[in-house]
Amino acid sequence: MTTLQNRPPIVAHQGGVGYRAAAAIATPGGAVFVLAIGLLIATILANPNFGDPGVVIRFAGRTAPIAIAAMGQYFVIVSGEFDLSMGAVVTAQVVMAGNLIGQDEGRILPVTCLMLLVGVGIGLVNGLATTILRVPSFIVTLGTMLALAGLVRYLTGGAATGNPVDSFREVGRGGIEDVPVVDVVPYPLLILLVLAIAASWLMRRPFGRSLIAAGDNPDAAHLSGTPVWWLKTRAFIISALSATVAGIILVGYAGVHPSVGNGYEFTAITAVVLGGVLLGGGRGWVLSAAAGAFALELLFTLLTVLDVESTWRDTVQGLIIIVAVAAAGRAWQVGRRPRRDARRTELGNEPPQPTQPDPGPITGDN
Amino acid sequence: MSTLTALRNRSTTLTSTGIVYAVLVLAIVLGAILTATAGRNFFSQGNVSSILTGTSILGFIAIGQTLVILVGSLDLSVPFVASLVSVLAAERMAGEPGNVPSAILVALLVAAVIGLANGLIVSVLGVHGFIATLGTGLVISGYLATNYQGNTGSAPRSFRLVGATQIGPVPLSTVIMLGCAVLAIVMLRRTRLGHHLYAVGGNREVARMSGIRTQVPVIAAHTLCSLLAALAGLLLLARLSVGSPTIGSQGGYDLMSIAAVVLGGTLLAGGKGNVLGTLAGVAIFAVMDNVMGAMEVNPFMKDVIRGVVIIAAVAVYARREIDRRPAPFEKPSTLDAALQEAR
Repeated sequence: MTTLQNRPPIVAHQGGVGYRAAAAIATPGGAVFVLAIGLLIATILANPNFGDPGVVIRFAGRTAPIAIAAMGQYFVIVSGEFDLSMGAVVTAQVVMAGNLIGQDEGRILPVTCLMLLVGVGIGLVNGLATTILRVPSFIVTLGTMLALAGLVRYLTGGAATGNPVDSFREVGRGGIEDVPVVDVVPYPLLILLVLAIAASWLMRRPFGRSLIAAGDNPDAAHLSGTPVWWLKTRAFIISALSATVAGIILVGYAGVHPSVGNGYEFTAITAVVLGGVLLGGGRGWVLSAAAGAFALELLFTLLTVLDVESTWRDTVQGLIIIVAVAAAGRAWQVGRRPRRDARRTELGNEPPQPTQPDPGPITGDN
Repeated sequence: MSTLTALRNRSTTLTSTGIVYAVLVLAIVLGAILTATAGRNFFSQGNVSSILTGTSILGFIAIGQTLVILVGSLDLSVPFVASLVSVLAAERMAGEPGNVPSAILVALLVAAVIGLANGLIVSVLGVHGFIATLGTGLVISGYLATNYQGNTGSAPRSFRLVGATQIGPVPLSTVIMLGCAVLAIVMLRRTRLGHHLYAVGGNREVARMSGIRTQVPVIAAHTLCSLLAALAGLLLLARLSVGSPTIGSQGGYDLMSIAAVVLGGTLLAGGKGNVLGTLAGVAIFAVMDNVMGAMEVNPFMKDVIRGVVIIAAVAVYARREIDRRPAPFEKPSTLDAALQEAR
């Protein structure tokens, strides 16, 4: 007992609040918040109209579905897998909402339940095929993506039409009116806030902790008694559910269109990666994924404001993700191990002896 | 005694490539029956050559993708490389037969530079292959969208013949593709680079500690993959006779080639697999497409079937792939050692 108490506190718990905040910002997961704020300031400088609180909050409402999808994708990526079926799930849910609800308000509740159920089903298929059948998740979700997208276009004859009743679309395009300062608080933003709180609570629960452990080292997690297959399956279910929520919001302001979910999976993965989450699992913070989505959308807004041709968007996005991931990879590596030159100066320019005990606790960055 | 049981085990254990070819045979038999019920002959010369034509473009890209996946990376930029090459070469040819060699040279050079960039980003900057090539793919797609609004240039007749010539039932493009496959197989089995490719893909850190320069195989694999994608782009140009800036992404060659490689028994994590399996994977797709065409399946339904088949086929041997690895620190039996030698 006493030896435990006498140990020095681990690095992440040292120092005051300011020191710890600075240390958090130095990690890739923290740096994305600085990036997002920097991009916001740059956009406001380029176009002062964007500084109006009402405009900013509407922008946040528009970005909410992408941020929600990114948070869902985070759960899958941090457990070491991929979910490429997200875009197809969004499309499927949007088309379902349009065709099943129609103009009948009484159907809103049952159809919403059905949509969530379909989301759970798709997540279950993805998860079980990945964990029980041991098919790489890249291939499983590619398969479900092809199958779902094909099925939707087959059932709708390639041209989905028919918007759901307006009261259902209100979730996506409405908001709380007459709020002081910001004028209106969009419902999507409120949904995002609730889900963000829920997600960060979930990541602090045993589920979240073991999910990260399973992503970092599935063998070690398995040996320590974690049911890895069920953990990862639940991550896939969360991902499909988040795509469902994104679909419900999107049907509000974008309407029913067969290409509404196109490329959502890659946008979500880009946002997650921009948020400093390591592909391959085991590292990253869920709110950083949402911040990554905001940073990405702010970047596009900035490009529009600066009158850059919209066709260059892809190029900038490509360059940004390469640079961000290269920088994040460096930073995680620096945080993971004490630098060799630092250790050398400690030991007086001598290489460490193999028999020497480790100099103090080597900590990660979380 | 132990030798006997080992022999029995050996004869009942199929390699993953064996399973893939068994699946291919099954697909052909099923295809022949289904095509016959639709009142057509699966093995007619026209049908066989149309299946072989269907393998060539995806074949080029999938061979390159195999190299990249074996080394532990991925290449999502291939469709954009193919589009870029088709546009650049078409512009340079401009319908003049004399321009063909220089156009091909420029196209291959551009593709090699892109592959080199991919390889350097993956190996030197340490970016995951998925993100690095997604990034370069987006960069190229932005360039294409900005500078090309529609089809440009044109290929002269002499170049178009490459896409149309047939040797018996076998199209010339398929012969070239198979030639590339043979070169890739020889490279993987007989050269130092090939062995290093497997080593780095299997375990990068172990390979580094064994004295391999881990960057070289990664860069080489990415460069070769882009070059093969360029060949696919040139072939597309020969078939269409105009350069199209969206032809690659329309084909979905990035994800389909990865699916073909994994279907061929190559581990997505790298270090295990071969080009022969990939060829079978590509052939399975081609047979499937052909049969669905003969059955007049709804084009949207084709995607559904494709998706289900990909998952189901990979699931068949994904489990045994992992279980079949020898236990660590177990001494191989003499027969195993002999078979290892013979291989």
